Amino acid sequence: MLILALKIAFLMVGLALLFNFYRLIKGPSLPDRILALDTIYINSIAILILFGLYQQSALYFEAALLIAVMGFVGTVALSKYLLRGDIME
Amino acid sequence: MKTPNKPKHNRLLPHPILTMVLWIIWLLLNNTLAPGHIVLGFILAITIPLLTTSFWPEKITLSNPWVIFKFFWVVIGDILIANIIVAKLILGPNRRLKPGFFLIELEVQHPLGISILANTISLTPGTVSCDVTADRKYLKVHALHLENKTDTIQQIKQRYEMPLIKVFESC
Amino acid sequence: MLENILAIFILIGAFFTLVGSIGLIKLPDFYMRLHGPTKATTLGVGSILVASAIYFSQSDSGISAHEVLVTLFLFITAPISAHLMAKAALHIQTPQSQKTQQK
Repeated sequence: MLILALKIAFLMVGLALLFNFYRLIKGPSLPDRILALDTIYINSIAILILFGLYQQSALYFEAALLIAVMGFVGTVALSKYLLRGDIME
Repeated sequence: MKTPNKPKHNRLLPHPILTMVLWIIWLLLNNTLAPGHIVLGFILAITIPLLTTSFWPEKITLSNPWVIFKFFWVVIGDILIANIIVAKLILGPNRRLKPGFFLIELEVQHPLGISILANTISLTPGTVSCDVTADRKYLKVHALHLENKTDTIQQIKQRYEMPLIKVFESC
Repeated sequence: MLENILAIFILIGAFFTLVGSIGLIKLPDFYMRLHGPTKATTLGVGSILVASAIYFSQSDSGISAHEVLVTLFLFITAPISAHLMAKAALHIQTPQSQKTQQK
């Protein structure tokens, strides 16, 4: 039951990642691409946690935490770049 | 969370709430309740606020814990409802959506109050906060489906802004 | 019994994640696309993390609560990044959908 649910969930999140990549490539504007990247990192957290459940190992959790932190910083830096023209003042 | 009112502790504990949060985060990060980690976490939670005092110019006091507690649960409930509403809107046909921008006049003046309000608006039904005007008077909000502007503003004011005013009026 | 609850949590989470991304490709302009990932995806990942917390709490030794950390972090940062992206989009005047009601 759990394995089946996990497999379906892998399929759904994988499909979601595919949609995000479509938006990342197609654009049309820069904020759209930032949004796509932001969604990609949140979805990769989901897929890592699912993989951790599948492998029954808590190892992947640290990677998920790091992706969450770094992804947030990345999104903020990119948005700041659009707002100001440079990142550091 | 505790709200110590004794000014005596200010030298050692400049930010009691920050100390509590750091302590809890340390224990969660290590995923343990071992005595060693409790002590180490406590030492870190005491020293880090002391070393970074200059980064936290204003003191934050939670004057009304019960209101915060109630506000927290209202927001959690609304997030769940919001997601079902947004999922329905997204999966429905595009032409039925009526997006729109509107301005909310801010009554909360405390910066932290404004940021909590903006975050709450972003997480709850069909609205994302986009910008604060430079004078901190208005919040620009985008709604995915704007049926009735005055109703939406009224609801946001009543549900989310009132408790925040109550919490932050003292500081 | 517990397995079924976990399965339900995981499927709900995956469903909301998918809905967020469908919103990302389907909606007509940037400001509307912003709604999908900020709400749906955050709740979706939150739900999956809750499932993970329950699973590791009952299988390993003791309670596993550090998933709460990621969930909290996501719920705090998602609106902030959405706000910044919207601000940036307004700043460089990203085109809006024709139907958008102003002010």
